[in-house]
Amino acid sequence: MAPQYNGVMNFSSPAAAERESDPSDPNVLLSFDRVTLGYGDFVVLADLSLQIKAGEVVALMGGSGSGKTTLMRAATGQLSPQAGVVSVFGQSIVGLGGAGLQSLRQRMGVLFQHGALFTDLNVFENVAFPLREHTTLSEAELTHKVLETLDAVGLKAAAHLKLSAISGGMARRVALARAVVREPELVFYDEPFAGLDPISMGVTARLIRRLSDRLGCASVLITHDVAESFAIADTVYLVGQGELKAHGSPATLGESNDPYVRQFLDGAPDGPVAFDYPVTPDFERWAAYKGVGP
Amino acid sequence: MNALAAVGRFTLEKLVVLGQLARFFGMLVTRLGIVVKRPRLVIQQVHFIGNYSLLIILVSGLFVGFVLGLQGYYTLNRYGSEEALGLLVALSLVRELGPVVTALLFAGRAGTSLTAEIGLMKAGEQLSAMEVMAVDPIRRVLVPRFLGGIIAMPILAAVFSMMGILGGWFVGVILIGIDTGAFWSQMQNGVDVFNDVLNGVIKSVVFGVAVTLIALFEGWHCRPTPEGVSRATTRTVVAGSLVVLGLDFVLTAIMFSH
Amino acid sequence: MSNQKVDVWVGLFVMLGIVALLFLALRAGNLSSFSLADTYAVQARFDNIGGLKVRAPVKSAGVVVGRVADIRFDDQTYKAVVTVNLERNFEFPADTSASILTSGLLGEQFIGLDAGGEDRMLVAGDDITLTQSAIILEQLISQFLYGSAEREGAVD
Repeated sequence: MAPQYNGVMNFSSPAAAERESDPSDPNVLLSFDRVTLGYGDFVVLADLSLQIKAGEVVALMGGSGSGKTTLMRAATGQLSPQAGVVSVFGQSIVGLGGAGLQSLRQRMGVLFQHGALFTDLNVFENVAFPLREHTTLSEAELTHKVLETLDAVGLKAAAHLKLSAISGGMARRVALARAVVREPELVFYDEPFAGLDPISMGVTARLIRRLSDRLGCASVLITHDVAESFAIADTVYLVGQGELKAHGSPATLGESNDPYVRQFLDGAPDGPVAFDYPVTPDFERWAAYKGVGP
Repeated sequence: MNALAAVGRFTLEKLVVLGQLARFFGMLVTRLGIVVKRPRLVIQQVHFIGNYSLLIILVSGLFVGFVLGLQGYYTLNRYGSEEALGLLVALSLVRELGPVVTALLFAGRAGTSLTAEIGLMKAGEQLSAMEVMAVDPIRRVLVPRFLGGIIAMPILAAVFSMMGILGGWFVGVILIGIDTGAFWSQMQNGVDVFNDVLNGVIKSVVFGVAVTLIALFEGWHCRPTPEGVSRATTRTVVAGSLVVLGLDFVLTAIMFSH
Repeated sequence: MSNQKVDVWVGLFVMLGIVALLFLALRAGNLSSFSLADTYAVQARFDNIGGLKVRAPVKSAGVVVGRVADIRFDDQTYKAVVTVNLERNFEFPADTSASILTSGLLGEQFIGLDAGGEDRMLVAGDDITLTQSAIILEQLISQFLYGSAEREGAVD
């Protein structure tokens, strides 16, 4: 039976296809139902639908400015969709405020693009922050948990270091540890590979997969790094030009003939995403002022 | 016609900022409970804001006292009233210079560092990170700093006044040779605890609220770029200083007119 | 910095603030001359109180024995009614006189009490009947000018 590209990836039976579109399925941790996202008049993504289940590693890919980070902000409730419903853990997050939103957020973890570590705290205290804020663990229990998490990312012996003493790759791993220290059910990684050297990239990718398998959580990778994410993702969603362009397993996407997908995966300079910035009346006016031809 | 439109637009912009400031103040006031649940946060901020300002306040207070003593002596000497120097120095400091100069120094030292800190936290997405971790950044970051500033200001102003009086005493009695008994007794006869000292303390609390509020507001709303932070710190000092001077006029008129 | 160290420094900071405030209140201000002793109130009427203010000292033989508590205007007799709180351990005869004096030439005005000779003492609510109003400088000068003008005329 050919896979249905109607917004949800489904390998197997029609029965499973029925189940996929039901957001009250307890396995579906995050669901976007015909969501339109934008800022004011500027629409970033239109009529988007996707679902993410527990235990999945999902890669959300697209070029710069394609709306990946916007998608994540909608999922964490930091941005309200202009249309459609965003559901997290089976609950609609749209318009939810206060205590309800807080309790949902406590079940999520987020790794920000540049780490967003708290610069006035050292490595240990950064990872301990969510525990100190939300749990009543004793100091001993807290220390044990933090060191255990740091150990999982290979930085247990760096717990005492100040942030100024660690490298960018290490900082990213500390941020990862902080994102997962409370064992969340849904973790977002915003550009986890950006700006890392090849070794750090490989380490980070393997860490993400390992943590996901160990915690049984759903991991959403927001990235444009094809090689690393394809190596660890179960499902890939490709967004661009304001819509969902393609989705499927890495293998399926690799075989796709869609020109946008091909340009993205092959890294071709020109294609559906044009190389040349389009000429606008503003530019023509400026060119005339400068005395040059458009 | 363009000039009129410009003035109108300018006034409108200022009104909008005033409204935002009032709303910001409301946000802080409704979350003051944090001081009961996490007093450590407030204590830490009192340390960063107060203790780290102590050196400049002590030295400035001392030198302002020196100058008051010197200039006061030169002026009083012409009317044969040098013995009133203690009274002159004390009243000038307790009523005006203590609260006002401390507030101006506070805006420059503590205000700018608060603005820059909040602005940089915003730029580094730290505040966003707290939000998604279900930690209210206003409660966790802003309110402790707000309370820290309000607690630190009156203490700093009192210390400034004390250092100034001692400085004036040093210049007047030790260096120039005015009678120490006259210096203190004239002062004690003329400085009223309720009218002068208490009013000075009230002034410093009001200034503390104003300057800290403006500093946090600018940091919270600044653009998360180096230029944005730089502009915001400038606005903190300028707006904070002007507001202090304006409030001083209003408070003085209310408190000290008989 | 560890939590204890921060607490210590903040504690010192607050202590310094309290010390400064106490300094200002006691050494610079007039709080030390506030007696917390019990007082009793006595009234005195003056034609002119000059620059007398509330909380001005009440002195006898140069020593502070009380404070001015209240100053009112009586629109029946058109006099100033001054209420004075005297320290309870100082008793004054009923015929004590109260004058408004100036400390120094241009200083603050205070009330000076001259003890009388009666056996009966003033109690709370009593009136001091013998009073001397403040000396108004302008009246003094005009008296002087008028007086010297008269003498000039007389010498002639």
